[in-house]
Amino acid sequence: MRSISFNQIQSKNPLTNMYLGSFLLAISIFDVLIYAFFNTNILSFLPSKLSTFLPLVLGFIGLGIIRMEYSGIAILDKLNKNINTNNFNALLTLLIIFAFIKATPPSLSWMIFDANISGDTKEACTGTGACWTYIKVWFKRFMYGMYPNDLHWRINSAFILVIALGFVGYFFKENMKKYLALYYVIIYPIIAFLIIYYLISGGSFGLVWVETGAWGGLSLTFIVSFFCLIFCFPLGMILALGRRSNLPAVRYISVGYIEFWRGVPLITVLFMSSVMFPMFLPEDFFMDKLVRVIIAITLFEAAYCAEVIRGGLQALPRGQYDAAKSLGMGYWKMHIFVILPQALKLVIPGIANTFLALVKDTPLIFVVGLAEIAGMLALAKTNPKWLGFAMEGYIFAAIIFWIICYAMSKYSYNLENKYKTER
Amino acid sequence: MNNKTKRIIPQLLTILFVVFVFGFFTFNAQVNMDNRGIDFGFGFLKQEASFDMQFTLLDYDGQDSYLWAYVVALLNTLLVSFLGIIFCTILGVIIGVARLSSNYLIRNSAAWYVEFFRNIPLLLQIFFWYYAALRALPLPEGAEPWFGVTYMTIKGYYIPAMIWQNLNIFMYCLIAAVVSIVFIRTYAKKLQEKEGKQLPLLYISLAILIILPGLSFLVGGVTLDFEIPVLKQLATTSYIYEGGVRLPPELIALVLALSLYTSTFVAECVRAGIQGISKGQKEAAASVGLTPNQILKLIIMPQALRIIIPPTTNQYLNLTKNSSLAAAIAYPDLVLVFAGTALMQTGKAIEIVGITMLTYLSISLAIAALMNWYNKKIEIKEK
Repeated sequence: MRSISFNQIQSKNPLTNMYLGSFLLAISIFDVLIYAFFNTNILSFLPSKLSTFLPLVLGFIGLGIIRMEYSGIAILDKLNKNINTNNFNALLTLLIIFAFIKATPPSLSWMIFDANISGDTKEACTGTGACWTYIKVWFKRFMYGMYPNDLHWRINSAFILVIALGFVGYFFKENMKKYLALYYVIIYPIIAFLIIYYLISGGSFGLVWVETGAWGGLSLTFIVSFFCLIFCFPLGMILALGRRSNLPAVRYISVGYIEFWRGVPLITVLFMSSVMFPMFLPEDFFMDKLVRVIIAITLFEAAYCAEVIRGGLQALPRGQYDAAKSLGMGYWKMHIFVILPQALKLVIPGIANTFLALVKDTPLIFVVGLAEIAGMLALAKTNPKWLGFAMEGYIFAAIIFWIICYAMSKYSYNLENKYKTER
Repeated sequence: MNNKTKRIIPQLLTILFVVFVFGFFTFNAQVNMDNRGIDFGFGFLKQEASFDMQFTLLDYDGQDSYLWAYVVALLNTLLVSFLGIIFCTILGVIIGVARLSSNYLIRNSAAWYVEFFRNIPLLLQIFFWYYAALRALPLPEGAEPWFGVTYMTIKGYYIPAMIWQNLNIFMYCLIAAVVSIVFIRTYAKKLQEKEGKQLPLLYISLAILIILPGLSFLVGGVTLDFEIPVLKQLATTSYIYEGGVRLPPELIALVLALSLYTSTFVAECVRAGIQGISKGQKEAAASVGLTPNQILKLIIMPQALRIIIPPTTNQYLNLTKNSSLAAAIAYPDLVLVFAGTALMQTGKAIEIVGITMLTYLSISLAIAALMNWYNKKIEIKEK
């Protein structure tokens, strides 16, 4: 309640206070701005310690003076209500504003004004800022890995086809709707696999064979996370049903499976796929490293998927089960026609979150030697012609991932809200 | 087909399937190992490890056994997790509370912090700190001291080492202090229930905590010296700091990235917990005449913690599992030392990966069991 007593002393002449307070605040912000952008200190005639803290003190006093319960000026009232409720808040407000102003010029000049993007060699980077030339030259490698340059259209067209097929469900006619789940759970994964296999891998239809070792970059991230998602979903569904089954053997095996995979870190699972898996396969049965990694991540992610789906199954009211049983439906009939369609709709946001986690986990395959984007960065960083640009590379990758993950998290948040209101 | 067979057949089929898969894998593993001349067994744990580790908490050199290397590496993993948990809790609580601030700027800065660090893969964050940010630090000879005695350099963070004498006496005193505080607390609770008297518990506890270990310095012969790192020239251009403790850049990068990343999730848990308490609780407490401090301590915190702690523990568990990313920047943790170096040297893929997975699994299950016990304890008892 300190703010009120503070105002009562000052409120004899509110207009003067307002002018004085705004003036002090303006001076303090102006000083910091000038110092940050033009490196001239207008308060330099004061002792150094005083001139450092003076803007803060001035701004603090200014905010203290203009703080009042009602002024009649819309902007001022908004200011007081949102960032200037008490002394502590005023101080934090000033600190945040000053930090923001101070951080702007160096980051702007590093990223834009002193940066270089022209040229094709390291020598083109003469500025003190970032060297975006490095990103420009390596861009194709970061996106497509070691995939031959003139064959990139194959990756692009495969992705476009797979995405287009993903939207086919929207155009299903009313009488086809019952096959929607069948399409997404079984037919779509198979078609997508065939497309990726024949287009990206090649080897038939007159396409040149490109071995998986050459795949890489961001496209590999997408391939791995996409396949893991579409394969882990059916497996997760079976495990979720198993965990809720009333048959003890089925239930314990499902629980054991889920708890095992949820208890180990992904990196050990990847190690397992690269060194332990080959031991478990029959002799002279060769399995590609990428395939092994996808299988391992699928097994791992299925456990998380199962928990999400179980949440959806548990959220359904008991009456749904009872009603289905009273119609004489058996276990499978009840689940396929009554329970799962409702439960799966409930878990769509949860699945989106799982997919988000999956995309964020995928760079880990770098550890077993698959060159997705983190791997390509490590490769580019140690290239003798391009030493010393680790910062640019990681910032570039971080921006890409941030955009993808942020968009996905917002999308899943919207889905969550959408389905919340529908029930 | 009666009901009983209907129940038995699917179970039998499932068990058969599992047995078949395991049998198939075991058979193949047997054949493969016979062909390559590898035998199964854990005897290698006693052999000499003959590799070195960059950073250890306990004494270790190449002549020690693989078993000892495992223990030392496990301790390194636990160290990273421990530091990460402490920092992510501090950061997470601050950010979580800031997200509910009435101040527009603070609220939004906190929200952007969460959105920013949550949406970048952890591995990239670790790489960024290790390869980009920490590489920009000065060389040892050019480093400015932080707080006067610590040096942040490209080769790591040098801090003063503590040299104790009679450390065990100090520890006994500390334990005695904690035990006596627990006793006093239970006594105070009884006193309050019986007679309604309240003891100034906080001051009493603080006094005991300061006086007892302090006494050990005066009477028990305990001494504490600091060994401050000093710059030393090795060759014309090569300098290091001698004395003190060096925290390697791998450790710093890992702890930084893990705590920044996990703190965003902890912040969300804290926010959900505080938001989960209805305003009526606070108002009811105030109307009974509790002071703001008492409201926070007796009404808000116990209820908020009930919501906050279970998901937060889950995040701690995730942090512990994510600490295995250490292998990507060569910090000698369990995965790098055991599933990396030891596996390369011995070739015992199944045993070593199995041990590593089981270790993490038992950590997870132990924490999960602890969590279930805690949940049972704090759950609202309904009559």
